[in-house]
Amino acid sequence: MTYQRPFGLLLAIGLIFGGLYGAPAVAQNGPLRIEITEGVIEPLPFAVPNFVAENGAAGEYAANIARVIASDLAGTGLFREIPASAHIGRVDSFDAPIAYADWKAINTQALVTGAVSASGDRIVVKFRLFDIFSGQQMGEGLQFAGTTQSWRRMAHKVADAVYSRITGEGGYFDTRVVFVSESGPKNERAKRLAVMDYDGANVQFLTDSRSIVLAPRFSPTGDRILYTSYQSGFPKIYLMDVASVQARALSDQPGTMTFAPRFAPNGRTVLFSLEQGGNSDLYSVDTSGGGLTRLTNAPSIETAPDYSPDGSQIVFESDRSGTQQIYVMGAGGGEPRRISNGPGRYSTPVWSPRGDLIAFTKQHQGRFHIGVMRVDGSEERLLTASFLDEGPTWSPNGRVIMFTRETSGAAGQSSLYSVDITGRNLKPVGSNGAASDPSWSPLLP
Amino acid sequence: MSYLTKAMLLVGVLGLAACNNPDRFGAGAGGAGGAGAGGIDSQGLGGANDPRSVAYFQQTLGDRVFFAVDQNTLSDEARQTLTGQAQWLQTNSDYALIVEGHADEQGTRQYNLALGARRASAAQNFLVSQGVAASRIRTVSYGKERPVEVCSTEDCYSRNRRAVTVLSLGAGS
Repeated sequence: MTYQRPFGLLLAIGLIFGGLYGAPAVAQNGPLRIEITEGVIEPLPFAVPNFVAENGAAGEYAANIARVIASDLAGTGLFREIPASAHIGRVDSFDAPIAYADWKAINTQALVTGAVSASGDRIVVKFRLFDIFSGQQMGEGLQFAGTTQSWRRMAHKVADAVYSRITGEGGYFDTRVVFVSESGPKNERAKRLAVMDYDGANVQFLTDSRSIVLAPRFSPTGDRILYTSYQSGFPKIYLMDVASVQARALSDQPGTMTFAPRFAPNGRTVLFSLEQGGNSDLYSVDTSGGGLTRLTNAPSIETAPDYSPDGSQIVFESDRSGTQQIYVMGAGGGEPRRISNGPGRYSTPVWSPRGDLIAFTKQHQGRFHIGVMRVDGSEERLLTASFLDEGPTWSPNGRVIMFTRETSGAAGQSSLYSVDITGRNLKPVGSNGAASDPSWSPLLP
Repeated sequence: MSYLTKAMLLVGVLGLAACNNPDRFGAGAGGAGGAGAGGIDSQGLGGANDPRSVAYFQQTLGDRVFFAVDQNTLSDEARQTLTGQAQWLQTNSDYALIVEGHADEQGTRQYNLALGARRASAAQNFLVSQGVAASRIRTVSYGKERPVEVCSTEDCYSRNRRAVTVLSLGAGS
């Protein structure tokens, strides 16, 4: 199995072929390995020839599915696609033997082959992954069946399986992102809750633009969304069921503002900020609306809370020291300990799904950054810098962070960006227009 | 026009001003009452020279106070403005008010919501200390969501860090 350091300045992900699955035959050149060292990496060359259409109706999906898989893999920055124009080998039948020499000649290291059949509104997608240099299949072939409308999801599931077999980590392609879609001028911005695939496809609106909505969060199972809305004229937290798009207010305390909600890992407890008389503190409440519990009691601002993956701790920001800093305390409250200690302000902490890192927003000398630090505050590293970066959210495998970047001035606009935890692969995420406040779902079932 | 009809029109215009008018913070030339939507006659509100008018409250007395970066302390100027507001509100006791707290864009969204609430609360507390019944006042924070000025320099930021007193009829008793 590939060795992987938990994290550090020198991050090594072993990308290894052969020996992981099936016969532990020694590859010709030994185990293939990619080391990511302070942002330097040689992406692994792969090929995804068009999937074989096993009947006429499958034709339109066969090529599209291969494109989505290639885009998912290349989009990680860990893989480089060898374009079809360079291919020598042909895959005309899913079960035909692989011409290893043809793929090796163009330096392909991973080959994904597949086939699609369609019947009515159903399609079946199957694939196999090959390690070209060791000349063998990696893992078993897999098959996914679903409706034709879900063809992109099936492509993402293939890419997740490929990514996972090669890196030894979970994937993050068959996921969704809930966010705030923005339109209109800066002083009258219209905001709507929207959800899309992680890669920006299939944008769907969940609310209209009548009320300002802010900072949505997915439930741990991806079926519900917490957010803040001005629907009543005052900011309050709401819980929405994604399938029915029905929402209800949570914990409606008159004369207060509630905001910054997050689910506990159990999916039943909601952590949030409640403001009364100008002072904001942290509370928790059941999704049923009962069991309101006060967790902090300070004259300072306590907000942007998040749970550790095991639910035992809470990370949050507070300005009790005079400026925004990051603190950790037990899930039931108690004396918090400050973990941020560099110059500047630290805010919006989010705990990595792996449990080892906390991503945050940092404001220093007029610039905003997204960064990561260990849970004890050590080994802080800034991954981005701009006029305004804020609000990180983790991919379910803890490898990638998505956030909001806003440009300055009267024409300033927000958009979504992603970056991996080494600071590599910074890129915009399509969202069909201006967007802010992303929250990444878990891997979908 | 009967008194009742006039009162309903007033409520209608104020409702529009509160909900739909992008210039409700006085940024535009229209000023108060000039909702300009649906051709509703807004004469009844009076102009900025009529001391009983909303326009007078907004423009002559001033409906907003400003804050230093990351602060919710009321300056001497802010106290003066709020003292004028409080006196007007005691005379014009039919109005309820919502104090809106706002922040500039230099900050994260949730912190700015909390900061806006601090500012609204500071203005509210001062109005109460000047004799305005607490039951007439609600506060709301918009954080950095509703700037009046859109540039990204201190010129604009200083006018966005504000607490605005928005009037509505029907305060009740």
